[in-house]
Amino acid sequence: MGAEPLLKIEDLSTHYVSAQGRRVVRAVDGVSLSIKARETLGIVGESGSGKSTLALSILRLLPPSAHIVGGSLRFEGEELLQKSDAEMRRLRGRRIAMILQDPMTSLNPLFTVGDQVAEPIRVHERASRASAWQRALELLKAVRIASPSTRLRQFPHELSGGMRQRIVGAIGLSCEPRLLIADEPTTSLDLTIQAQYLALLRELQQAHGLALIFITHNLGIVAKMCDQLAVMYAGRVIEAGPVRQIFAAPVHPYTEALLNSIPQMGVGRRRLTAIEGQPPDLAAPAPGCAFAPRCSKVIERCHSMAPPQVGLGDGRVVRCWQAPANTAAERLPSGAA
Amino acid sequence: MAIGTEAIPLAPRVSLRLGAFPVLPTLILCSIALIAVFAELLAPHNPELGALGMRFRPPAWSAGGSADHLLGTDHLGRDVLSRLIFGARVSMVVGFTAVIVAGAVGTLLGIVSGYLGGWVDQVIMRLTDTWLALPALTFAIFLTAIVGPSEMNIIIILGLVYWTRYARVIRGEVLSLKEREFVRLAVVAGCSKWTIMRRHILPNVVNSAIVLGTLMLGVVIVTEAALSFLGVGVPPPKPAWGLMLADGKKGLMVGYWWLTVFPGACIMLMVLSANLLGDWLRVKLDPQLSQL
Repeated sequence: MGAEPLLKIEDLSTHYVSAQGRRVVRAVDGVSLSIKARETLGIVGESGSGKSTLALSILRLLPPSAHIVGGSLRFEGEELLQKSDAEMRRLRGRRIAMILQDPMTSLNPLFTVGDQVAEPIRVHERASRASAWQRALELLKAVRIASPSTRLRQFPHELSGGMRQRIVGAIGLSCEPRLLIADEPTTSLDLTIQAQYLALLRELQQAHGLALIFITHNLGIVAKMCDQLAVMYAGRVIEAGPVRQIFAAPVHPYTEALLNSIPQMGVGRRRLTAIEGQPPDLAAPAPGCAFAPRCSKVIERCHSMAPPQVGLGDGRVVRCWQAPANTAAERLPSGAA
Repeated sequence: MAIGTEAIPLAPRVSLRLGAFPVLPTLILCSIALIAVFAELLAPHNPELGALGMRFRPPAWSAGGSADHLLGTDHLGRDVLSRLIFGARVSMVVGFTAVIVAGAVGTLLGIVSGYLGGWVDQVIMRLTDTWLALPALTFAIFLTAIVGPSEMNIIIILGLVYWTRYARVIRGEVLSLKEREFVRLAVVAGCSKWTIMRRHILPNVVNSAIVLGTLMLGVVIVTEAALSFLGVGVPPPKPAWGLMLADGKKGLMVGYWWLTVFPGACIMLMVLSANLLGDWLRVKLDPQLSQL
């Protein structure tokens, strides 16, 4: 595909440095990903794998102890890492929006829903209160809130969790962003509301043609929502590519283990397999593959050398010595890594 | 009326910690405020003008007293009741304005300190620490010595002495507020720091500032009285309760008790009422306590 990706992340590394500067945690380590308009990219990984840090890095909203130490973030052809704080602020909410995890506390308890949905419009477009409220009304209709004009005047505590999360979604969409980052937006909703909300997000994405980055640890949601998938482990993308291919034939043992650890309906009685062991300490990385101590297919060189990222030809990339490209390279006299 | 619109009887609101509304303190504060507003109409005599022939008259009900001077007269023959009435005005004006000045300065610095953090926080908080280490009254006397006593100066001085209490409390609140999701959402939506402080932080700390204000009212009134008592407060002949105490203290030894008891009682009543109301407000406006 010749189209320039909307967001191109190249070799991005974000490290947390302790106050004394002695401990360095490589939360995001050499991540390369890209996403095109109208595409949905799912990022999965267990807690602490760097998903959220990656999302915050894109918005450049990291806590003071975190530093982007290298790489590039190109959004709409512009380098985000070279933008000033003021330029970034104008981008946030307007070109890149984000939906946070918890709808129950994402709204300010003291303002009406209308004020809060209208806020980004007023901040970014300097719209008048009346016209911003008019837009807010349309947004509430777009996220399918019943009797929107009444809701606009209500306070967050008067609404249910599902409704609040839709309002947070409406705030995210208020300035018609090109990229929406959703960081586990459904974890605190119950399942039926979750399904409704996901369907709504999908629909809004189609309607507005926006790119969606979906951060989750729920592979079921990924299967339903995403076109592309990136699996993160210990700050690195260990496998990425089209969802279908990855689900059909995972290459990395970690991806395979993840897929085996979710129950499936209609497959008969099958043991769910847990992944033994703990994720590695990111402050003291081993020289080899981070997953090696937990890997079922570990070979000797996994412990001594980190596998390079190799393409599999079908749009997929993977970091594993067992990947076909790597085993092929091994047969050559002098490895091409 | 349609059936079903009758109010469903709610479970009686159990107020575990929230006591009854403090009727009496509120009444007292309101009447002091009204007296202060309508002092001209209520006072029987000019508070600053005495007749030397009428010095040290006792209250009306004791021997030698007259109905003309209900609470007696002072060492210059001025009517004690009229001076108390006009003194209420001084206490109210100084008390409320000083609390507002302190509250405005303290809340502003507390929000900036808590939200911006880093070196700004360090500078403001170390300043607050230093400020709190100075004894309030001594510090106030020192400041008065520099700028000279007047009602306006007293207000500014009391505001400057007491802003630190607000700054501390508000900063603490802001520290927890700024981690809340709705503040993060505002950041993600591209609001500037100032917009967030003004629109998302300030409205959420106003409750605390009000509660602290009612509690500070008592402290400020006592300090104003103390300054006046020490002669560095509201300058005479203006009738301030603290000043009346100071004027009356010599008479106390020779039996002119009415010169100190009445202003003392007024100060006590007002401070006690402010504190009781403040305590009630604190529980009432604390969402965690009131949701019990």
